[in-house]
Amino acid sequence: MDFDQELDTRGLLCPIPILKTKVAMDELRPGQVLKVVSTDPGSVRDMEAFARQTRNPLLHSRVDGRDHIYFLRKEGAQESRKKETDR
Amino acid sequence: MNTTPRKMALIATKGTLDMAYPPFILASTAAALGYQVQIFFSFYGLQLLRKNLDHIKISPLANPAMPEPMPMPTLMKALPGMEAMATGMMKEKMQKKGIASLEELRTICLEAGVKFIACEMTLSLFEFERSEFIDDIEFGGAATFVDFAGDAEISLFV
Repeated sequence: MDFDQELDTRGLLCPIPILKTKVAMDELRPGQVLKVVSTDPGSVRDMEAFARQTRNPLLHSRVDGRDHIYFLRKEGAQESRKKETDR
Repeated sequence: MNTTPRKMALIATKGTLDMAYPPFILASTAAALGYQVQIFFSFYGLQLLRKNLDHIKISPLANPAMPEPMPMPTLMKALPGMEAMATGMMKEKMQKKGIASLEELRTICLEAGVKFIACEMTLSLFEFERSEFIDDIEFGGAATFVDFAGDAEISLFV
């Protein structure tokens, strides 16, 4: 899968992979794709939650040995978070 | 349409190594997910706002769930040096496993805009000086916390 930036978080545990992902996503332009590699098994659910909460879709994820690999796409203009009741 | 950021309000009341992690982990993560976050530090939690965090320790005493490489009688855990040993071992293990230090997480929180409120009453109680604490904090009381937590989606007491 094509991507614009790659982030290696191998060897790091929660919450650092998510925090680094957030910083890396901030540096992307809308539409660009970030590839994240993590060895933290907890990242499977956390990355899904990150994608849902920040509304940056998780396009694809796979496992390669100990590596969990994720592809996140940066959504359009940074909109501020909406209240739960407005969804 | 309401576009106010969602909020998370935490109260941190413990000053041990194990109990220092949850508020900083949750706060940094929630901020990364777009939440506006405040942590109110009260009683022993205030220790987490000191400039130097080297005094934050974990005690093997009255902590029966802590995994031990060598189980030992409770009475032995009260001996001098045991707390320092447990703290050293825990910190070493954390570093080896790729867990961030408290200082790192605290810095990340501040950089992400998490607001730290120090309990003014605790300050008076323990006769702390404001100069003992990091710069980027505000001082307030229970009403300050309630004012923020009142419309927060997540409120936790740690």
